[in-house]
This record gives sequence, C-alpha cells and structure tokens, in this order.
Amino acid sequence: MKPMRLMLAASALALTMSAVSVEAKSPPNVLVVAKNIDDIVSLDPGQAYEFTSGEIVANIYDRLVEYDPLNIDKIAPGLAESWTVSEDGRTFTFKLRQGAKFASGNPVRPEDVVFSLRRVVTLNKAPAFILTQFGWKPDNVEQMIKKASDTEVTLTIPETFAPSFVLNALAARPGSIVDEKEATKNAKDNDLGNAWLSRNSAGSGPFKLRVWRPGEAVVLDANKDAVKGAPKMNQVVLSHVAEPSTQRLMIESGDADIARNLGPDQIAAVKDKPGIKVETYPQAALHFFSLNLKHDKLKNPAIWEATKYLIDYDGIANTLLKGQMKVHQTFWPEGFPGAVNENPYKLDVAKAKDILAKANVPSGLTIDVDMISSPPFTDIGQSIQATMGQAGIKVNLIPGTSAQVITKYRARQHEGMLLYWAPDFMDPHSNAKAFAYNVDNADTAPQSTTTWRNSWLIPELSARTKAALVERDPTKRLDMYRDLQREVLKQSPWSMTFQAQAQVALRDEVKGFIHGPTNDLVVYRNVTKN
Amino acid sequence: MRGLVLGGVMAARGFAALLITLVGLLLVTFVVGRVMPIDPVVAAVGDKASAETYAKAREALGLDQPVWIQFGRYIGGVARGDLGQSSLSNRPVSEDIARVFPATVELSTLGILVGIILGVPLGVFAAHRRNRWPDQIIRSVSLLGYSTPVFWLGLIGLLIFYAQLGWSGGPGRIDTAYRYSVEEWSGLMLVDTLYSGDWDAFRSALSHIALPALLLGYFSLAYIARMTRGFMIEELSKEYVTTARLKGASEADVLWRHALPNVLVPVITVIALAYAQLLEGTVLTETVFAWPGLGLYITNSLFSADMPAVLGGTLVVGVCFVLLNKISEILYPILDPRTRSR
Amino acid sequence: MIVASSPSLPEPVGTRFEPSSRTQARLVQLARALHRAARNPSTLAGSLIVLALVFAAILAPLLATHDPMAQDLAARLTPPGAAHWLGTDQLGRDLYSRLLYGAQPTLMIVVLVVALSAPFGVAIGLLAGYFGGWVEAVLMRVTDIVMAFPRLILALALVAVLQPGLVNAVIAIAITAWPPYARLARAETLSLRHSEFVEAARGLGMPSGQIITGQILPLCLSSAAIRATLDMAGIILTAAGLGFLGLGAQPPMAEWGAMIAAGRDHIFDAWWVAAVPGLAIVLVSLGFNLLGDGLRDVLDPKHHD
Repeated sequence: MKPMRLMLAASALALTMSAVSVEAKSPPNVLVVAKNIDDIVSLDPGQAYEFTSGEIVANIYDRLVEYDPLNIDKIAPGLAESWTVSEDGRTFTFKLRQGAKFASGNPVRPEDVVFSLRRVVTLNKAPAFILTQFGWKPDNVEQMIKKASDTEVTLTIPETFAPSFVLNALAARPGSIVDEKEATKNAKDNDLGNAWLSRNSAGSGPFKLRVWRPGEAVVLDANKDAVKGAPKMNQVVLSHVAEPSTQRLMIESGDADIARNLGPDQIAAVKDKPGIKVETYPQAALHFFSLNLKHDKLKNPAIWEATKYLIDYDGIANTLLKGQMKVHQTFWPEGFPGAVNENPYKLDVAKAKDILAKANVPSGLTIDVDMISSPPFTDIGQSIQATMGQAGIKVNLIPGTSAQVITKYRARQHEGMLLYWAPDFMDPHSNAKAFAYNVDNADTAPQSTTTWRNSWLIPELSARTKAALVERDPTKRLDMYRDLQREVLKQSPWSMTFQAQAQVALRDEVKGFIHGPTNDLVVYRNVTKN
Repeated sequence: MRGLVLGGVMAARGFAALLITLVGLLLVTFVVGRVMPIDPVVAAVGDKASAETYAKAREALGLDQPVWIQFGRYIGGVARGDLGQSSLSNRPVSEDIARVFPATVELSTLGILVGIILGVPLGVFAAHRRNRWPDQIIRSVSLLGYSTPVFWLGLIGLLIFYAQLGWSGGPGRIDTAYRYSVEEWSGLMLVDTLYSGDWDAFRSALSHIALPALLLGYFSLAYIARMTRGFMIEELSKEYVTTARLKGASEADVLWRHALPNVLVPVITVIALAYAQLLEGTVLTETVFAWPGLGLYITNSLFSADMPAVLGGTLVVGVCFVLLNKISEILYPILDPRTRSR
Repeated sequence: MIVASSPSLPEPVGTRFEPSSRTQARLVQLARALHRAARNPSTLAGSLIVLALVFAAILAPLLATHDPMAQDLAARLTPPGAAHWLGTDQLGRDLYSRLLYGAQPTLMIVVLVVALSAPFGVAIGLLAGYFGGWVEAVLMRVTDIVMAFPRLILALALVAVLQPGLVNAVIAIAITAWPPYARLARAETLSLRHSEFVEAARGLGMPSGQIITGQILPLCLSSAAIRATLDMAGIILTAAGLGFLGLGAQPPMAEWGAMIAAGRDHIFDAWWVAAVPGLAIVLVSLGFNLLGDGLRDVLDPKHHD
C-alpha cells in the first residue's frame, strides 16, 4: 500500500520533528536577559531616548558625573575626577580622570568631552533638550563648551540654575562621552557619526556593542579596559522576548538568567520555584489618570476632585498589579530627594458622589479615556471604568498602541488619559516642569508637559517652579519642591496613582545585578554567575 | 497542452496588469499610512523632543511635502530598489526585510511541505475511500483546520508541547545560547546550523520551528487534502480509469500512476494558493511564536506608524501574493471547464 | 451549470405542483433543497450549532449566571468549578457568562460583514460580467488589487486608520471580503450573458438594468449564498484575529478574540481563560463550515457528490 506507507513516513517525520527536545542552559560566562527590547530606535547616546536604549547606552558609555545606583542622593565622579563651580554658578570646570581609555584603545581626552556634548546639541535629536535647556544652542556651543587644558573642560551656562540641576542633567544619557576619533572616522554626510553610532559603539564603559538585531537581541561584549575595571561576564545578551509568559518559561528552564518583564501573575508563579529569586526595585515612573480641560464638560474642579476618590488604589496595587505598583499620589517619586510620600486619596464612592452633587455636576457624565492596549494600562483602565461607574461616571475605554495614544495626547484630542511619566533626568525639576509648570496654553505653543497636554494653565504654580529651579540652597530648594507637590496633589485635574516597581526574576546563581530607579541605572558590570 | 499555451498568452498579457496591481497595492497602503492617526515623527524622535527637533525630523522624513509628491518619490525609490528608511529600526527597509524575510520563508516553506506531504496523499486516500470512514475522518480533520484560529492553536500548542511536555522549543528561532554562535550564511536557521556543523544548534533550531511549521502545515493540509479529494473524485469517475481497472491495473496504480498525474496541475494551483494563504497566516503565527519574520515586522511597524517599513513589507508580501495568485490564475482555465469552453 | 441542471433534479415524492411562474419555480426548488438539507447530517449539525449561537446571543441575559462585566478581583483566575462553571478571567469576571454574551458581537460581525460585502461584490461582478469591455477591465483590476492584499494585513491597516472598535472591524473586514463575490458573480454572468433567455430578453428590448436584476441576479444568488455561508467561518476567524491583536471589540465588551488575547498572558497558569473562548470560536466556525458545506452539496449540483 503505497499511500499508506507515504502517510506513515510523513507522520513519522512529523513526530520526530516535534519530539526533538533540547535541554539548553545559558553558557557560564554569558548573561542572558529576557526582555522586551522593541522600543530601541537608536543606540547613539545623542539620540537614544527609550527605556531599553537608555539602559544599553548607560552600560556602554561613561559620563562626566554619575549616580551611584545604590545611593542616588549624591552625584559621584565619573570620567571627571573632580569639578568646581564658579561663584555666579555659570561656569563648571571638570578635571578628567587620568589614564581612562575608550574601548578602541584611544585615550579619553578633553576634546572627546567637548565633541560629545556639542554633538548632542548640534544633532538636536530627541534627548537634546536635556542639554539645550541650559541655553546651549548649535550656534553658541563653541563658546559654551570648551577645552580648558589637557586635562580640563569648562562648561558655561548662559542662564543661572541651581548647580545640582546642571549636574543632574549632565549625569543623564546625553551627557555620555563618545570617542571622537571613532565617531568622526565613521561619520557620513556631516552626521557626526550618528548613523554609525546608532548601531555601533564608541565608549569607555564596561561593555561594547557587538550587535543589535532589531526585534531579536542586543549583544554586549565586555570591555576589558573599562575605566572602572573589566566586567565579570564576557557577554550580556538582551534577548527580545515580548511575552511575559514566555519570559517566565525561559527563566524556569534556565534559558534566561534574568527575566525583566514579568507580570504579577508570572511573578507569583515563579516566586517560590527553587533556583529562582524575585527582586523588587522601586522605579521613577509614575502612573496617572488625567482629564483634558479643553472639554467644557470636564472644566469643573469638582469632577477632578471626585475622580480622585473613584480609583481603587489599594485594590489595584494589592491585588490586580500586586508588587508591580505602589500607591503614590504626588509628582516626585518616593526614594528621590525631596519626594513627598503622602497618599490622602482612597476609593470612596459616597464621598465622590457627594462632591459631584454639591457642585451640581449634571448626571450622565461620559468620559472617553485613551490608554495603551497592554497591561498594566488595560487592567488599571478596566478597574477605573468599574469604580467610576459606581458614581455614575461612564468611562469609555479607547485602547490603542502607544504611538496612537501619544499622537492623540500630543494633539490634546483626548478626554481622559491613562498614562505614565518617567523623569528624563534625576532632578525634581524634570517632573516639576511636567506637572507644575504651564504659562502658555495656546495650541501654537505645544509642550510635552502633562500640564499643557491637559490644558491646565497655572501661572502661580509656574512662578514657584521657576523659583525652585534657580534656588542655590539645596535644602531650601527641596522644600520648595515639597510644597509644590502638595499643592498639585490638591489642585490637579489628574489623579496621580502609582509608582512603578520593577519586579525582576533572577536565577539564584546570578549575583551583583543592580537595577536602580531608572533604566539608566541598570548595571551589568558586577554581575557574576556561580 | 492547450491550457499551457493559453497560460503563456495570459502570462504575457498579465504582466502589465501585474504592474498595475502592484502600484495599486502600494497606493492603497500609502494612503492608509498617510491617514492613519499615528504621527510617524513621534515614532522617530520620541514624545518629548523639542518643537524644533520635531520639525527637523518631519522634514527629514519628507512629510512636509504634498502627499502625491511623497508617493511619487516613494515609487521612484522602489523602482531603484530603495524602500526608504525605517524610523523604528533606523535602518534601510530593504536591509530590514532582507534580515527578516528568510525567517518567514523558512517557516512557511516548511509549513507548505508538511501540507503537501500529508495533504496530497490524504486527499487521494479520501477520494479512494470516498464516503467511508477514512474519508469522513479526513473530512473532519480538514474542516477543523478551516475552523480553528491559528493564533489560538499556537497558544495551546505552546502550552502543551513547550510548557507541559517540553517536547518543543519555545518561541523564537533558536535557543539564545546558540543564537550568536551560529554563523549566518543563508538566513535560514536550519540550513545555517547544518552548514556550521553544530549538531546541537541544529536540534535546537529544529525544535523551535517544528511546532509553528506543523501548525501552519495543518492549515494548508486542510485545504490541500480537501481540494485534492475533489479533483480525484472527478478524475476517478472518468472512463479511462474504468478502462484501466478493467485491464487489471492495481488500485494503487490507478490512483498514483493514472489519476493523480492528471490532476497534478490543479493540485499545484491549489498548493500555490495555499502557500499564499500561509504567508498571510504567518502574521498571527509569528506573533504567537515571537518568530522574527516579515509578519511580525509588518505588525510591529504598523503599530508604530513606521510607514516605510509597512509599505516595504506589504510590497514584498503583495508581490509573493500576486505572483502565486497569477500562477493559479494562469492554470485556472484548465481547472474550470466553464471558462475553458467560453 | 445551475440553469442546465435544475430541471433534471429529482422531484421529491408526493410533490404534485406545477410551477406557473419563475418565482414559484424557485420556491419549489428551495423547498426541495431544504428537504434534502434536512437529511444531510453535516447541514443538520451545522444548523444546530448556528442556531445555538443565535440562541446564546439572544438569551444571554437569561442564561448567564453572572454579570459579564462585574469584576471580582478577589476571585480572579478561579479555575472552572461550581461557583464559576468555566472559571474566571484576570479581572475575576465569570467566563461562562462572558462566553454567552460574546455570541452577540460574533453574530453581529458575521451578519453585518456579509450584508455589506456580498451585495457589493455581487453588484461589481454583475456589472463587470454583463458590460464587459473597459467596465470589466477597470472593475476587475480593482478587484484584483484588493485581492492581492493579504486580507488580514489590509484589515489590520484599515482598523488602525479607523480606530479600533467593533463597527470599524466590521467595515475593515467587509472591505477585504467582497472581491471573491465579484469574481464569482462575474464568472456566472459571463456564462449567462449569451444564454438564450438573456438574448431573448435583450431582443425584446428589455433594458440592461432589468435584465441584470431580473434575469441574471437571481441565478447568481445561490452560489453567492453558499460562498457567504462558507465565508462566515472565515469572517469569524478574521474578527477573532483582529480582536486578538487588540483591534476588534473594545473592553469591557466580551468578545472571543479579545478574551483569548487577555488569556494569553496567563496561558501557562490559567489555561481556561484562553482555551474557553478559543473552543467557542472553533465550534461556531465549524458550525458555519458544516452548514456551508452541506448547502453546497444541496444547492450546487456541480459539487454534488
């Protein structure tokens, strides 16, 4: 019987194919990290602006000044050994560390520092504003950023700011120092090496980029000559795994050493598995639910206040997103200097109804709420939809991709918005500007701030934000930010809800992994296995 | 024979039509991309870029030009083999596609092979045992294939064969451990691992592709078996079959030597169509299996409004689609007696 | 061919009915077809499943044990059991009740897509086939272009433009679904265009519009109907695919594809969340496929075994 034989052969083939099972563990000197890396656009420190690219840039490049990821209260020396600030607070002189070398073998010179900082301003890509906010422009960087001697650079700031603000901004990723010789060698069409640096590296940090394959992986090789010593692992592979449930299986099977994007259910599942440990790191990202005041129906402050009582903060943080969020209602995250950790609002439907009734808010209020169509937004959104409904506010959820949601948000076309905010650098001004500053509400003056995007015009608070920015007494400055946080907490047309927490699953043998409050502070340098 | 000549004429005439179809395809995709409520500039420069940076990027993307000029430029570029720059990966789209397409080709080709190897014999067998229990079973299997969402079966497959039994590799093309030890040669993981002589890596690659390929194979099997059965039934009712039987030819000979060769042309047509469908089926399959192929590339690009990438990807799938459809169309007159007699 | 073979159909026993008009003749034909359909097991099974779907959609409020939207975070991801027959999802909602309510969008999508795409496609095909020449060239070229698109990718792109949602998913699927009807209707029309009765009608000076609607259209209907029934399974799968990618019905509406997507994150811990709606999709599309298959056996003698 020929057909029978053929069929048997075919099914035998099918069976063997599915029966091939491979026992694979990650190699001993390679750290395999399962992570969603789809957000990377560029690995050029002058362009990198996403979570994952920020993390990679931070591990490839050094900055003049840096944070100790375990103690973010103080700024620490990086490639600069020491620095001085002039009397008027406008001139910063950095003395470079001696003997530092790039991965290429080239020494780190003042010229490299000057080149790197100038190029960020000249390129003017996404993160450039972190440096241009000092008043640096393509046509003045020649004067502002200069080599002072063979070991020193001076940076001049056109306006006066609190020195801590300037240093905090320089510690962010656009402050990364690039190997001028390598970048220039590979430059094309006057791009200062941008195209090449997007997918290659020229830094002095603990790792160098071996390859980035979009949607697949980023592979980092150890830089044996790193300023702060060679890393313990030969290679770090950030393997793109979009699905949390798959990340979980990979960490369980040992295919991955670290799983970075597990949801609450996956964490609960692996928490007690032998060989796996779960660590929780508070993050700087804050989640909020905002109302757009462009719509007349949402202009009544009673609605703003009522919605703050219509979110099941504890239910979401303790059950739905257990471990991944903690309740946080002010605009500067817990753990950062100057943060106010007061959370006065609780789910209180009766009180919310009372507020709405007293203010004569007509019943039948409907709010279309935009949100990104993935957890945790979908989970938070559906919970809020249910609790708002209890007070007679009908919430229509409009999920979209983050690109869609952001597009709508930028154009201020949303009614309600469920989103998060991560500070761009670790200074309270980064968030104060976003949540307590808006002096021009015009459509023609678009800002990326939460205030402008929700059309909340606040001249008085803005003046106070500005005053805090230039306050030179650090203690007084932080107090000013504390006052701002309390004020915004009371008045804002948004409910700040949660501070994110990164829950990371690691194989037991993985030691020395550091995950600071932002992705810039994820450190692979000290990781060992066994 | 007559069919083949006719097919040749139609192919010649069809070439111009093919070009029009492809330009139309691009136009539709282009318009869709332009009216989409996603700002491609944001995808390129991020959400917090300054107004100045934003304007610069917009200009760099050519978005400040009128739409028809943008389209003209795009078509001109395509003619020169330039598909533009992806804003998401920051690389030329042609380079991106060259990177991801082999993964899709590998997966769908293996899938169609499974479909052919199992589907054709099953169809022949079903026709042979027409209306008896083997036929009924094959029919049910085939109907189930038509009725099951591929992404769901993929999930369940992962649950059972990967999570529970550990028989199959997980999502992705190969275990991370081997990913960068294997030298890239053809872009086809199975070929590359074999070529590099790394037996473990080959096993790993095989364990990863087996489940999605079998899954896609099942869906094309459902279609191929069903159509083959139909053709065979028609063929088996013809006179020469009866004559052959009377002459004492064995049943196997009748099926495989006499009837099957005569239905090969329509069967090949069906296979071409099945292959085209499979290319589309990879969109959802690749999502479920995190398979870094063209389907996943298009979906991801679409969600980030990376229009050059979406256009380029759609163009490639469209060309494959049109070509495969064309093949079946050329063979169609042979398939359908009604249009032949016209 | 339908026209040629219709008169030779065996008459059911006991029918003594002389058709006096074309309409009546078709009614008789229909009655015979239904008679045969009832004896065809797959048609019967298919009809039962489809009927069950309709009942579930209509009677969902009566049959459901819980409010399909009611969240109970304390009872999230409960396995199937006495309290929740099919378990609960990640927000603690009762899956059995959501499954029943999920029949509503499914049915709605199927009906609307067919109602939009089939008439449009048939109309295009009729016009192309009847008039020929440049009308045919243009219409069929457009049909080819739409057909050249991978259906799901086109639907995806369209939904992305129109904003995700149930109605927009319907529109997107309908836009991708009409070309096969156009091709079918064109082929039928081509074979009928020069038939005796059409030539006769034309000879009598009947206007083209009347010939198309009165003479040709009715004869294209049965093949379009078969195609539509078979298409319904495909529509359900496409809609589920869109829902799975987050582009179909929006939360909190219970839609099977979106329910699978939600279950995907929990597939290895709480298999029922994804498995239950998936099985429902399989069952319902199987129902439409069986029905379509049976109808084809019954109505289309070319395929009649």
